[in-house]
Amino acid sequence: MKKRRERIDRGIKARSEDVYALCSWREMLYLAGPRLLPAAAFLLLPLFLGVYWQKVMISVAVFALLAMSWDLLAQTGMISLGQALFFGMGAYVSGILNFYFGAPPWIAIPIATVLGGALCTLILLPVLRLRGIYFSMVTLIVPLMLVRIIEATKIFGGTEGLSGMTPLPSTLTEIYLATGVLLGVLFGLRRLMETDYGLVLKGIRDNDRSVTNAGINIYWFKTQALFISSTIGAFAGAFMTHVYMFVGMPVFALDYSILPIAAAVVGGGGTLAGATLGAVILVPLSEALRGIGGLRIVLYGLFLVVFIVAIPEGLFDYIQRKYHQMERWVEIDQ
Amino acid sequence: MSLPTALRVENLCKIFGRVAAVDHLSCEVRSGELIGIIGPNGSGKTTLVNLISGFVKPTSGRILYNGQDITRTAPHKIVCMGISRTFQMVRPFYRLPAYKNMIIPLYSPRVRQLAGGQYGDRNAVALDLLEEVGFERDAHVAYKPAGTLPQGYLKRLELAKAIALSPDLLILDELFSGLSLAEVASIVPVIEKLRLAGKTIIMIEHRLKELFRIADRIMVLNFGQKIAEGAAAEVMASEDVKKAYLGSEE
Ligand SMILES: Nc1ncnc2c1ncn2[C@@H]1O[C@H](COP(=O)(O)OP(=O)(O)O)[C@@H](O)[C@H]1O
Ligand SMILES: [Mg+2]
Repeated sequence: MKKRRERIDRGIKARSEDVYALCSWREMLYLAGPRLLPAAAFLLLPLFLGVYWQKVMISVAVFALLAMSWDLLAQTGMISLGQALFFGMGAYVSGILNFYFGAPPWIAIPIATVLGGALCTLILLPVLRLRGIYFSMVTLIVPLMLVRIIEATKIFGGTEGLSGMTPLPSTLTEIYLATGVLLGVLFGLRRLMETDYGLVLKGIRDNDRSVTNAGINIYWFKTQALFISSTIGAFAGAFMTHVYMFVGMPVFALDYSILPIAAAVVGGGGTLAGATLGAVILVPLSEALRGIGGLRIVLYGLFLVVFIVAIPEGLFDYIQRKYHQMERWVEIDQ
Repeated sequence: MSLPTALRVENLCKIFGRVAAVDHLSCEVRSGELIGIIGPNGSGKTTLVNLISGFVKPTSGRILYNGQDITRTAPHKIVCMGISRTFQMVRPFYRLPAYKNMIIPLYSPRVRQLAGGQYGDRNAVALDLLEEVGFERDAHVAYKPAGTLPQGYLKRLELAKAIALSPDLLILDELFSGLSLAEVASIVPVIEKLRLAGKTIIMIEHRLKELFRIADRIMVLNFGQKIAEGAAAEVMASEDVKKAYLGSEE
């Protein structure tokens, strides 16, 4: 008796996007599980973690936000190498509002989110017409330029930065603010990209001339995507200003540009959930490797390469595919 | 004919480096007319379409649409004024299913404006439009990723995307190239129907026989210049056209 492995897609009606599909608890769980599980993990985990890992979790949330912000731009056909611009802009605006105007975090963070996002959008507006690598180069350079400007003009504390920011009330507040926004952005953006509006954004990536030929102003849509994306990044920065109680030149560091891309690539671009998953894996890994010292970067890089070679589609798509498939052994009669 | 002029091209030039792709071209298209533009390869037909649709800006000259100067107007605005075109090289959104390709033109400000600001189920409209150009209603083709469709369906999709914008002036750039006789025969009625609906149509074609059967008037380009214009038989009898197509003896 020979056997062969057979792979079948789970054939419940639920996958046909129709309403009547939800006819049993099992099917409902099957559909809701992948959404509830990460949400529950983000909400419950902080209660059981020590202070150190709580800080790591905040870092995970911040990088997940930056990775999603990157992914949204990538889905609209703009490959950014400068998430640090969004992060740093939000961080400085919130810092300035708090330091010079005494705005409490509850006011400074929302204003910095919107204002920071608007400023980034304005800065990148002139290069929105650039395609491919030229757009990427500019996004890479702008944050580095801002650092030099702050250094040279000594504005906003110059190289010293601004310290003594008002902290958030407690570590738990910090965590729940970060994870709450993270979950909101994750589910919100995923839904947005499923709408016809999201389809237009993806169309711009696939074929911008065809979108223009459909009577749609691609630059206006790119501007909107850029604003949404930079707003998300600016929130992350504004938030961290009050976590660190400090803002200075490091907020424009390359880490904030590169790690989000690595996270999105490991988790799988184009899904937003992949970007989050990537951050959940890479940020703790980077922390765990901290003890090793100099070899850290080598190991980290090696891990990335292995990952990208082994699962080029990204981890999220891989898991999603496996989740919807069952494998079983079937007998073959000869 | 005393129909109003829909499109007027005045002394249009487009020079790419040293090549004059369109060279001092003037012509007129009347409202409701179906005009065919023919010419050997490289004679500037596609460039002319790109100029009218605003994707390429002319070196000199003017383009007037319903009396309005659109020479420097952005391409998406030109579409919203009622000119839509197909691409000779089909440009689908390869990863999206065919009917989802239709959503993007249906999302355009022009369609929303014509629908009075509100819009119902775009998916349903998309499937209707695809059926109109010959996607079978109950088959799977409309749901397949555009990247997997054969050329015949891609051309039809291209046409459906243009029609979705409810254009007043429709420009078809070699819609029939690469299609079988049967496929052409199935698309011709679609074009005739558009014409009965009062649309102005410009067809760039290499398939002369099929074109001559439906066109009111033919214009012939060679090296970016207009070498003949008029009824099909007249035009084909012209010495210049014979030379352009068959070559001349030196
Ligand atoms: N973007 C471009 N850059 C440079 N040359 C071009 C460009 N587009 C067209 N041309 C040139 O213009 C001429 C006319 O091309 P085209 O309009 O495509 O002709 P047709 O559609 O009649 O075959 C050709 O010589 C072609 O090489
Ligand atoms: Mg051509």
